[in-house]
Amino acid sequence: MSIDGAPALALADITCRFASRDERSHAYIAVANASLTIGRGEFVSVVGPTGCGKSTLLNVAAGLLEPSSGTVEVFGERLMAADGVNRRAGYMFQADALMPWRTGIGNVVAGLEFRGVPSAQAVAQGEEWLRRVGLAGFGDRYPHQMSGGMRKRLALAQTLILSPDILLMDEPFSALDVQTRQLMENELLALWAEDRKSVLFITHDLEEAIALSDRVVVLSAGPGTRPIGDFKVDLPRPRDVSEIRMTPAFLDLHREIWGVMKEEVLKAYARQKVA
Amino acid sequence: MRLRILQLLVLGLLVVAWYVLTAPGLIPPFYFEQDNRAAFFFGEPQKVFWVIVEWFATGEIFIHLAVTLLETALGFAIGSALGLGIGLWLALSPTASAVMDPYIKGFNSMPRVVLAPIFAVWFGLGIWSKVALGVTLVFFVVFFNVYQGVREVSPNLIANARMLGASPRQLLRSIYLPSAMSWVFASLHNAVGLAFVGAVVGEYLGSARGVGYLILQAEGTFDINTVFAGILVLTAFALLLDAAVGSVERRLMTWQPRTSETEKV
Repeated sequence: MSIDGAPALALADITCRFASRDERSHAYIAVANASLTIGRGEFVSVVGPTGCGKSTLLNVAAGLLEPSSGTVEVFGERLMAADGVNRRAGYMFQADALMPWRTGIGNVVAGLEFRGVPSAQAVAQGEEWLRRVGLAGFGDRYPHQMSGGMRKRLALAQTLILSPDILLMDEPFSALDVQTRQLMENELLALWAEDRKSVLFITHDLEEAIALSDRVVVLSAGPGTRPIGDFKVDLPRPRDVSEIRMTPAFLDLHREIWGVMKEEVLKAYARQKVA
Repeated sequence: MRLRILQLLVLGLLVVAWYVLTAPGLIPPFYFEQDNRAAFFFGEPQKVFWVIVEWFATGEIFIHLAVTLLETALGFAIGSALGLGIGLWLALSPTASAVMDPYIKGFNSMPRVVLAPIFAVWFGLGIWSKVALGVTLVFFVVFFNVYQGVREVSPNLIANARMLGASPRQLLRSIYLPSAMSWVFASLHNAVGLAFVGAVVGEYLGSARGVGYLILQAEGTFDINTVFAGILVLTAFALLLDAAVGSVERRLMTWQPRTSETEKV
């Protein structure tokens, strides 16, 4: 199905223009001529100031949003909007996207259900995934009966149970407190280490990006966002996200990338203040 | 418990006041010229009570109650089904929604009780004209709630389901329908109440059976005690229906952190 050696995900020359509501002439260009490649088994983080169009880029990769121009290739195959979403990708959203009317287990097996997996088999697999994300015994709870961290684990299980080749994550842990967040980051790394999916991880937190990734891509401030820096993170794995933050290699990288990012953050801030 | 006692006390006071003010010769007449006029216009509680007892003792009331409840149930079921179907359709199809918008608004603004005589002509004096009236009342409550429910589904939820591989059909079943249903349940009390109103008003305007018919008959002979008896039986059953809906709602909506309320129609 896939072309040999092609990268897991290749965004080429992507531009996203949004028509503004009131005036037709003032289209908002969220992303301009952005190219990004994710190798197989590579964990890539994309960082950038707030409101720079990170999520837009991710939605394009997911096939949820059709770019105004440019192409998306998934394992060498062109992703066409007419064919629907990116079938080989799993998407973890920033906001809660669990079905509130389904129990924990019901949410986890939703994807299997959509694919027509027999219910008994789906539930068995679902229980296994609940255990893996540390929610064993919580399958009969509804999302509103769970804490924010538990809901994130549930969302992670919901996505990973389908074993997607590409994992798209949109600031998945941004709503969590620092401690829970570091726990979740470690768990994500452990799960990822089992079968090394290709990951595109969006965040505004540079530390999180470096701690998790093989590569960190810095985006410019919007509008017209595009990658302006690409840094390889060759810190040893397995990593502990709370410990690795203290190592000199980490701090050097952080300083180097922040040097590029800082200017963009200030630009974005200045623009927000004007608006 | 104390609350219950106070509530019963209020009921007792009302009945006593009713009795004292209407019993002929108990207190000197202060508004009507004659002693028995108050009883003629307002009935007497003990007589009302005996009418109700007799209805249930002879079983005369059961056929009428059954008819009224059947009309309520049918009006509710058909109105809800139509509201759900058309609500889903219009909410998911922006063009159809835009085209139908003025008509929906028009029908909703129309005082639909005036349709009752027309329904009597179309569907006869049997149960179906009452069901039709109930349907027109229930439909809009359910329709607007479903429409709202589908429109308010979080885009995240839809995107997530799509990424999990849901087809449009599965999206409808697993996302839109449950979301709409939660709004429908929020309006269930209203809908059942309106179906009941439709049935009784329909009967009142022309019928051969039903509690509304009993009231109409009694009114024709100035039997005010029977009219009040009918009203009390209707009220009791409306309360029972409401309680039944409440228990169904609690069972079906366990996933909701709190019951959401919609505005009264």
